[in-house]
Amino acid sequence: MSSTIEIVESPAGIEGPGFFATSLDKVIGLARANSLWPLPFATSCCGIEFMGTMASNYDLGRFGAERLSFSPRQADLLMVMGTISKKMGPVLKQVYTQMAEPRWVLAVGACATSGGIFDTYSVLQGIDKVIPVDVYVPGCPPRPEQIIDGLIKIQELVKNERLNRRNSEEYKKLLGSYGIE
Amino acid sequence: MAEITNEYLLQKITNQFGSDILSHEETYGLVSITINKEKNLEFLTWLYNDSELNFQFLTDVCGIHFPDKKDHEIGAIYHLHSLINNVRLRVKCFMPIDNPTIQSVSSLYSSANWQERETFDFYGIIFEGHPNLKRIINVEEMDYFPMRKEYPLEDGTRTDKDDKYFGR
Amino acid sequence: MQNELIDIDEKHKEYTTLNLGPTHPATHGIFQNVLTMDGEIIVNSEQTVGYIHRAFEKIAEHRPFYQVTTLTDRLNYCSSPINNMGWHMTVEKLLGVEIPKRVDYMRVIIMELARISDHIVCNSVIGVDTGALTPFCFIFQDREKIYDIFEQMCGARLTTNIGRIGGLDRDWNEEVYRLLRKFLKEFPVAFRQFTNLLERNRIFLDRITGIGPITAERALNYGFTGPNLRAAGVDYDVRVATPYSSYQDFDFKIPVGTKGDTYDRFMVRQGEIWESLRIIEQALENMPAGKHFAEVPEFYLPPKEEVYHNMEALIWHFKIVMGETDVPKGEVYQSVEGANGELGFYLVSDGGRAAYRLHFRRPCFIYYQAFPEMVKGAVIGDAILTMSSMNVIAGELDG
Repeated sequence: MSSTIEIVESPAGIEGPGFFATSLDKVIGLARANSLWPLPFATSCCGIEFMGTMASNYDLGRFGAERLSFSPRQADLLMVMGTISKKMGPVLKQVYTQMAEPRWVLAVGACATSGGIFDTYSVLQGIDKVIPVDVYVPGCPPRPEQIIDGLIKIQELVKNERLNRRNSEEYKKLLGSYGIE
Repeated sequence: MAEITNEYLLQKITNQFGSDILSHEETYGLVSITINKEKNLEFLTWLYNDSELNFQFLTDVCGIHFPDKKDHEIGAIYHLHSLINNVRLRVKCFMPIDNPTIQSVSSLYSSANWQERETFDFYGIIFEGHPNLKRIINVEEMDYFPMRKEYPLEDGTRTDKDDKYFGR
Repeated sequence: MQNELIDIDEKHKEYTTLNLGPTHPATHGIFQNVLTMDGEIIVNSEQTVGYIHRAFEKIAEHRPFYQVTTLTDRLNYCSSPINNMGWHMTVEKLLGVEIPKRVDYMRVIIMELARISDHIVCNSVIGVDTGALTPFCFIFQDREKIYDIFEQMCGARLTTNIGRIGGLDRDWNEEVYRLLRKFLKEFPVAFRQFTNLLERNRIFLDRITGIGPITAERALNYGFTGPNLRAAGVDYDVRVATPYSSYQDFDFKIPVGTKGDTYDRFMVRQGEIWESLRIIEQALENMPAGKHFAEVPEFYLPPKEEVYHNMEALIWHFKIVMGETDVPKGEVYQSVEGANGELGFYLVSDGGRAAYRLHFRRPCFIYYQAFPEMVKGAVIGDAILTMSSMNVIAGELDG
């Protein structure tokens, strides 16, 4: 039986008999990127497309994000899918602050990105008003392929992140601008 | 059981509540009755208990706002359905915006509970006798009733919108 | 409520307060339930809703009639075509437009497909909540085929924006018919297997039988409609009570339950999927010939190609978009049998291009308030099942 399973390529490094040397950043990035635990924060329509993404036809598990973590404590990636109202904003922020570093945020759909068609008194005009976002996926709702594309973009970010980024002054300033300690 | 026609329904209602019926009309096959707002609970209770009419299903409660109608600005609209006769009926009550109070019908229909809270939330109609009249959809700190016509639809916090591109 | 394990008198009893939601894997949407617990048993619960309130009704007052479909799409997003069709029929009723038989039949097919896809989500999620993930993964392959059909009909999957006032925006091509026939042939096989995985599964039946019951009287008083009401034994279905879109032409049964528990709700939906398949079959077989839109140029947006090349079409297009066609004043109530109950549209028109007032009768907003009564005395796992079997859709509930 031929196998179609592929193994990710090892990062560039120096190889010799019995050893392989590369930078720690790359190894950790590789490991993290291919075993993300997403927390699906699905509120509305995009959540249904996410169900489609998780189900057998599209199968998010192929990208190492099989294991959904419904607890923010164990999640790496917050996937916000759907409209976030002003009533929901504080809840979203609390979920984000409960996540351990390093954490990434994927805003799926027009509502999470910018409020979408709901420019109304009750809807938050994009989740980047309350938490920092790494990747935005457009569409109302985006197709499952687009959601997967967003996840791959997140994987790229994860792979190439410096290990000390989360301790940097710049990052602290970013969180500080959202009022997150 | 004889079929209940709209004419018969209207006749029967007028016989019982003649002076409290402020107006009535039939639009798109549905009898619509405007009744004195003091009598809404009495009227609905009568419709509920009448052995012939049996309007025991409350389809819908909603509010409406007419800023130009003096002393009748705010309205509460009930849609009733008699499942046995398969007849629908619309009941409207209007009240002044300074004192939008009306009796709650939640004692009659459990389904009215949340619908009245929603109507209060959107239009500020105070349903007297409601067990738990507080905002349901919006945040409790909200200090206005957003569905009233004078309040804007759009979010005030947007900074990326330039009015000159919208022709205003 | 007596806890059988711990015998303690009422005076010394202490209750636990448990927050279920707003983000919880099993609430399928954003709801908050503050439960008062006596050990594992629910004594009382209080719900908070409104976490995704998007002000549909307010937006509708600012949008022309033909733009409201983007809102109805997002009401019950599991079956958005039904909402769209309901809205189109409301406006057509107001305008007094006569709809060709062919459009009716096409709409029936679209609505029944949407009903199937909605019921699949609900029933497979009941499976997921009892721990059976296999049926979910299995049936979602075939649910994607419904999306393929919608995509072929109108170009979109989930929020389809399908249809127009006065008909459909385009006629179906051969591929649509091919996909529909393929679906009718393949889906029953897959659905039979889905049925076998759950309907005779002892563990599943033990989990859902007798859970979250409601009597017919209470259900009516709570304004239940749709499968949840029929599970309690009341055979009220808008498609039969006040037929719209030529539903009177089709032969189908209304499945009803007896106890109104989770099992009945599950089985009513299962039965309705079979009936929907029968309706689609009949509609496809007897599809009348003719146009896919009514001859009402003053309300039906002309095709884009004609707008570019035909003066008259351009004028109508301009008039409709700028709101220069006269709309009658009046008020209309039109309801359709949505996937989770009677979806009503109450439209007040003052003659302007936008609605003066548009109220959606959102079925799950009305029946969700019965939840505390249904779960009183149940354990927490049963409350989760009751909730998922009620098919509460957050987008519709919060309006």
